[in-house]
Amino acid sequence: MRTVRTLMTAVLAGAALFGAAGTALADSPSPSASSSADGEPAAPTEAGTSFRTATAIRPDQPATADASTGDYLYWVLPVDAGQRATVKAEVSLPQAAARHGAATWQLDVYDGLRRRQSCTYGAQTRTAAAESGSVELSCTLRTVRAWAEPWANDPLPGNYYVRLTVVDLPKDDLGLPVHTEVKATTADTGGAHAVDGALAAPLVPGAATATPQEGESPAGQQSVAADGPDGGWSSGWWSDRWIWTAVGGLLAALAGIAGYQLTRGSGRPSRIPPGA
Amino acid sequence: MITRKRLAAGVCGLLAAMTVMLAPTPASAGEPDAKSSPKVELTLDVSGSMRARDIDGQSRMAAAKQAFNEVLDAVPDDVQLGIRTLGANYRGEDRKVGCKDTRQLYPVGPLDRTEAKTAVATLTPTGWTPIGPALLGAADDLKGGDASRRIVLITDGEDTCAPLDPCQVARDIAAKGIHLTVDTLGLLPDAKTRNQLSCIAEATGGTYTSVEHTKQLRDRVHQLVDRAARPAATPVATQGAGQCAGAPQLKPGLYSDREKFAEHRWYRVDVRPGQELRASVSIAADRAVNNDYGVLLRASTVHGREIVRGAEAGDGRTDVISSGLRYPKPPSEAADDDGTPAAETVCLQVSNSFSAPASVKTDPGLPVELTVDLVDGPSDASDAAFLGLGHGWWLLITLALTGLVAGLLWGWISRWRVTVWRTN
Repeated sequence: MRTVRTLMTAVLAGAALFGAAGTALADSPSPSASSSADGEPAAPTEAGTSFRTATAIRPDQPATADASTGDYLYWVLPVDAGQRATVKAEVSLPQAAARHGAATWQLDVYDGLRRRQSCTYGAQTRTAAAESGSVELSCTLRTVRAWAEPWANDPLPGNYYVRLTVVDLPKDDLGLPVHTEVKATTADTGGAHAVDGALAAPLVPGAATATPQEGESPAGQQSVAADGPDGGWSSGWWSDRWIWTAVGGLLAALAGIAGYQLTRGSGRPSRIPPGA
Repeated sequence: MITRKRLAAGVCGLLAAMTVMLAPTPASAGEPDAKSSPKVELTLDVSGSMRARDIDGQSRMAAAKQAFNEVLDAVPDDVQLGIRTLGANYRGEDRKVGCKDTRQLYPVGPLDRTEAKTAVATLTPTGWTPIGPALLGAADDLKGGDASRRIVLITDGEDTCAPLDPCQVARDIAAKGIHLTVDTLGLLPDAKTRNQLSCIAEATGGTYTSVEHTKQLRDRVHQLVDRAARPAATPVATQGAGQCAGAPQLKPGLYSDREKFAEHRWYRVDVRPGQELRASVSIAADRAVNNDYGVLLRASTVHGREIVRGAEAGDGRTDVISSGLRYPKPPSEAADDDGTPAAETVCLQVSNSFSAPASVKTDPGLPVELTVDLVDGPSDASDAAFLGLGHGWWLLITLALTGLVAGLLWGWISRWRVTVWRTN
């Protein structure tokens, strides 16, 4: 395994030196490429009610759902290594006349192992005053790392579950209709945040049960909710580190030539007599 | 590795697509697969209070009938739908008789829309509100098969048949491990009705809606029926043990269990060298619990040494609290002699720190959902990031300086050699 990996790396590196920029351009996944033939996939208009039934969404795809106040709404999206995901939610509250007081809404993000992930910034919990018409929530995750210690809680590539719910409200307001809108965006952080190492498979529940071992029948089928980012998981070998390293090599070569030139001095050395 | 997975996934997807393309043939033959198609029972309150004319100017009964008609028109084909009434027949004052008044109006099965609509049209608001017995009846109607089940309960008043607490009934039904969800809708509910209905919904992982308009009723029932039709994994019931020694052996999959307050349970998973164990657990708060709570998932060896743990704590209103862990077992070098290396038994311990006021019943326990995954190939780490490529200004400066020094040295050496050659 390791030998194969090393070989692969070497071959990749070799190939990259020759065709980095060109292939990178051709390879860079465009969000609509996969679905341009049959049009954009319709934005989800429903939300799931548990981890198991979470509705799959894609980055940059707005998802809406009509629900009752008090429902727990779940969505799931794929986030790959090197990406920093931001989830935004807007809840259109029931008419102020029907409500009895302030309500606190909360947006939680869980990783593929259902571990709660911290938000680095963004208003994750917000209280809507009794008279306000909507409440906006936002959560920006840490940059997803390609690998982490099993004992760490670092975000890893895989499914990310978004849970939206009201956490505090006057009891009389339970069950009133609300409209919610959720949108997740991912930003590439570039080579500065790259770590090496890799997971055997992204943290997607049922990744193993989808291809059962010989002779083993998986107990309770799990649906692989989010079907990976466009272009597949961690398929990109492009990173701005190629540019840094190549420029570094070029600079070293130029500096070497410059240094060599310095030792030659300018023109003929003065201590050599003319005509010698 | 991943590429291989993706290829496999692609093949699976292709197969799935082919299956879907082939599927309509048997389905159009009029025989939906009774084993796996989801079942829904609409349970409608037909008590006397449904006569009140306060939903969009019409009676609650008329609103419900109108909503039912529209919903019946749009029921997905693969859903088996039944209708049950409560309080539809007995007009008398005898509470004992009135509280038994629940009846299946239309049996759960492939839907004949005209027949179902005719049955609904005959309903007139009549009697009591026996919610508890109706839930028991509905759970009985939905028996059989292993698909998801859903009861949609529509009522305008609280249960009038104490001491049978419908909330406790719902929890007992859910504890049977038959994947049953109860969604409740209250028509212009008062505080007591709302408390009772939201308690029923909470006990089964369902939702509660308060309805004020006909359109809202129709949309919500429609949404709930559609939700039942969406495919979802159904967990396999298991029962964890008090200690690792007698714990059930789990294969990769999705499991459900029940765990009492502040109890812990053990499960066992076999992990071969070179595999990564991934487990996550969710414990649902299906009743009134105290404000602060937590969950701990721990993997340890059979000798009790802790390998890794996942823990989470929280407070306030929640449906579940969950945590997870992963344990990559390094490939063993000694494995090559006898072919298959011995698997290590990992003990998984699931414990919760929920607590509840003394008035809350602790039996049955809280619902536990446990997922176990075994992934081939443990995760790999190395200290060089991204193929060992570099990044940043320091790299450029270092490389440039090294180049400069190398150039100078080269120049001096060649000059020195020229001088030596000239001197000789």
